[in-house]
Amino acid sequence: MVDLLHAALIQPFAEFEFMRRALVGAVALAIAAAPVGVFLMLRRMSLTGDAMSHAILPGAAIGYLAAGLSLPAMTIGGLVAGIAVAVGAGAVARASVLGEDVALAAFYLVSLALGVTIVSMKGSNVDLLHVLFGTVLALDDQALFLIAGIATATLFGFAVIFRPLVAESVDPVFLASVARAGAPVHLVFMGLVVMNLVGAFHALGTLMAVGLMMLPAASARLWVDDLSAMIGVAAGGGALAAIVGLLASYHFGLPAGPAIILTAGLVYVLSLAFGRRGLLVGRLMRPHLEA
Amino acid sequence: MDMQDPIAIEFADLTLGYDRHPAVHHLTGGFARGVTTVVLGPNGAGKSTLLKGIGGLLAPLGGRIRLHGFAARDIAHLPQLAEIDRSFPISIFDFVALGLWRRIGAFGGIGNEERRKVGAALAAVGLEGFERRAIGTLSGGQMQRAMFARLVVQDATVILLDEPFNAVDRRTTEDLIDLVRRWHAEGRTVVMVLHDHDIALRLARDALLIAREKVGFGPVGEVIAEENLARARRMIESFDDHAHICHRPAA
Repeated sequence: MVDLLHAALIQPFAEFEFMRRALVGAVALAIAAAPVGVFLMLRRMSLTGDAMSHAILPGAAIGYLAAGLSLPAMTIGGLVAGIAVAVGAGAVARASVLGEDVALAAFYLVSLALGVTIVSMKGSNVDLLHVLFGTVLALDDQALFLIAGIATATLFGFAVIFRPLVAESVDPVFLASVARAGAPVHLVFMGLVVMNLVGAFHALGTLMAVGLMMLPAASARLWVDDLSAMIGVAAGGGALAAIVGLLASYHFGLPAGPAIILTAGLVYVLSLAFGRRGLLVGRLMRPHLEA
Repeated sequence: MDMQDPIAIEFADLTLGYDRHPAVHHLTGGFARGVTTVVLGPNGAGKSTLLKGIGGLLAPLGGRIRLHGFAARDIAHLPQLAEIDRSFPISIFDFVALGLWRRIGAFGGIGNEERRKVGAALAAVGLEGFERRAIGTLSGGQMQRAMFARLVVQDATVILLDEPFNAVDRRTTEDLIDLVRRWHAEGRTVVMVLHDHDIALRLARDALLIAREKVGFGPVGEVIAEENLARARRMIESFDDHAHICHRPAA
């Protein structure tokens, strides 16, 4: 029995270095993505995160065009494109009659098409698949350092902006009346979103980078009401999805990135059903109290 | 307004607005220190805009606002309730503790003294025992009490209230009126936008009636005379959506 568990849970990581690298990278991503995802969700910006993850593609693609599958080139390209779209969509929303959601949708559709076109111009379909779906099983030292660095910077970043970000989310007018922190805090937050998307892009690709942000955050919201606890639960849930997803991909020969996101999706569906705030248990097993 | 009253907030030829359209037009006057003043006027008269201007949330399109004897940071502003995201998971205690911002900023800790301050403010508005509840569980009236508790914690010299008793039941209104009276007794300057003339008469000494421009200013009882109110309504109805550039010389 112990042997069986060992073979199922430990041995894949003990035996193969690429599995250990994938584990470290995916868990670091999950932990950093938790606060990002929770705030995106609470600020009703889930689709913004999704749009931004596509928006980094042309930048990464131009980096690819210039230097092939080079991590620094694609990272810098992705960061520049992501920040440009975040700032650009905000500016379009302020200066025109279009809302920010419309502006982002326009940006991201163009970005996705442009990115795929640029990659296809030079590379093979395999390269295109790498860009779209990531290479979590082929993380080299450079990529691991990048992901770990981003995770560290993200946690420190949130420590700095936590209180103003909460205030800006609950009551932006109040924050504006006591401090001029609203706009800078929003910008720093968007910067953290872009950074994490670029980090996740290397492991999970542009199409699924946002999965480790939103799915664990949404799951956590169904279990706890406290903000700090929500971030903790999201980080734990994301890390669990990373581990289970990698094991599933190893044992059943599934593509690793999608397996991780599917596991996170399964956690979400289970939370939706059985979570304290879910549809089944939350409603049926918790009768209302006396008035 | 008596001439000997020291002015706390003075506006000179003040124009405030959005997208070049003035919502407050060439307004000159002032609010007295330590006095409760109401701002009256029909919908769209620029009352909330005036408060935003004083609170520093809106830069003037023309003219200026001068603060005498206090700084912009001594102003506490209660906007209308609609701007708050009440689904955000934050406890009543933490929400009211936001009022400490000027003291502790983004990084300062909440010590025993701050804790006591927040507790006293919650008691003052009748929300003891609600500390750990999320703001989303409060009724409209309870939420307004929490907003007032935050104002108490802010401990400001000048307090701006924008229709603070809207959609609030009678008992809550009475409790909050007591709080405004207490602020007045403590020597604070209160400026409030109101629709209810009875409450205006009970709470305020001075009134400013505006319809984008000043219609009347003085003791509440005189300002709310029917001919003034009728004039204010007529001024709002004649508003031109395709206005030309205003060439009125600065006063």
